[in-house]
Amino acid sequence: MDATLTNQSENEKVWGGGNKPLNASYGKMMMWFFIVSDALTFSGFLVAYGFSRFKFIDSWPIADEVFNHFPFLHGVDAPMYYVALMTFILIFSSVTMVLAVDAGHHMKKNKVAFYMLLTIVGGAIFLGSQAWEWKNFIKGQYGAVETKGGQILQFVNAGTGKRVALESFAADIPTERTQHQRKNGLWFSSESALPTYSVQEVVAGFTANESLRVKTEQLDEKGHKIVLDREASLQKLNQAVYVVEGANLIRNEYGNRLFANFFFFITGFHGFHVFSGVLINLIIFFNVIIGTYERRGHYEMVEKVGLYWHFVDLVWVFVFTFFYLV
Amino acid sequence: MASAHKLSIFRGLLTFKSNQQKIWGVLIFLSFVTIIEVALGILKPAALMNPFLGMKWLNWIFIILTIIKAYYIAWDFMHLRDEKRSFTSSIVLPLLILIPYLVFILLLEADYIYATMVNGFMAWNF
Repeated sequence: MDATLTNQSENEKVWGGGNKPLNASYGKMMMWFFIVSDALTFSGFLVAYGFSRFKFIDSWPIADEVFNHFPFLHGVDAPMYYVALMTFILIFSSVTMVLAVDAGHHMKKNKVAFYMLLTIVGGAIFLGSQAWEWKNFIKGQYGAVETKGGQILQFVNAGTGKRVALESFAADIPTERTQHQRKNGLWFSSESALPTYSVQEVVAGFTANESLRVKTEQLDEKGHKIVLDREASLQKLNQAVYVVEGANLIRNEYGNRLFANFFFFITGFHGFHVFSGVLINLIIFFNVIIGTYERRGHYEMVEKVGLYWHFVDLVWVFVFTFFYLV
Repeated sequence: MASAHKLSIFRGLLTFKSNQQKIWGVLIFLSFVTIIEVALGILKPAALMNPFLGMKWLNWIFIILTIIKAYYIAWDFMHLRDEKRSFTSSIVLPLLILIPYLVFILLLEADYIYATMVNGFMAWNF
């Protein structure tokens, strides 16, 4: 207990500790330098994302077509609104954090605790929202097929131009094919769950349904995905080798494989930061409640975790721009 | 610590009475910028879809607005405005030098790879 109560005494000898170069205490300065290095880590990730995007500039998935869900609005095409909401939640929890720091400067213990609690709640809501976003991303909505070359082919209705789900047209062909598990095949190998439909079923259903067209990964000069005509669609579909439903780390129904990998990695890494931020906030919150900082004489610890929390918000602002807007 | 808050934003155009008021003011500003971003992202005005220096105008606007948001988060929420100039510089300068450099070399390289794949003899779309 003594260790947490030690005063960071000021006005000591120059080499005896407690000295504040640049007018910032040791802890605060180190938090800042950690943030600088973490910012460089995140910029490394985002620039790597930009690299892949520029490399596949004419075939990268369009974010508005991927992230178009909103809670309780099933089947409604609502791009952007949900992430905008998440952004507001995070900015708002940032504000409550600054208010906590400000209350700390005035040594108002109850106010600090209250605002810290709001911040924690905001962070938790954000994490829940991100989980929901991931759930939708992993589950997928329509399904697609992958060609020999790893290109994703999606299906649209020629009349409306809207995406068509596999389940609405795939034929039903009885098959003997079952999932290869350790217990029923070679004991040293297994495979993940099979897609709901086989390639044959999708192709048969597509051939039977005249109104369907294939939508490729390629973008036209206006930035829309190119939809093939009926003839070319049927030809393209001959190269299909795999049915893709939803997303995992190997393939996804949205387009380029790297897209899902970067999505999982960058939003996952950010989400992990938010998660640890909530944990740290929780620890500080309890410390505020039991009066540790009241006895210490200042609430600088709240300020330090505040810096981390704002940094997490700052990173989200960039993730939001580069994943959803640009 | 508590006494030395600088309460002006927008280069002194707007001065708040207290630090709390400034926080709410910055929140309103950040929300405003976010709303503009979302509105532009949904409307996608045709006039902004023309390319400029390798990207659409719209994307340049998004990136600039993002950097403006980042500035106000760092300066007002993270109190960089109240820190010593030397401290602020030691934090911001490494980022300002390293990140644009990284962006520059990687995007240039990616553009080159794209050109190679388009102009090469290999078929990538099969």
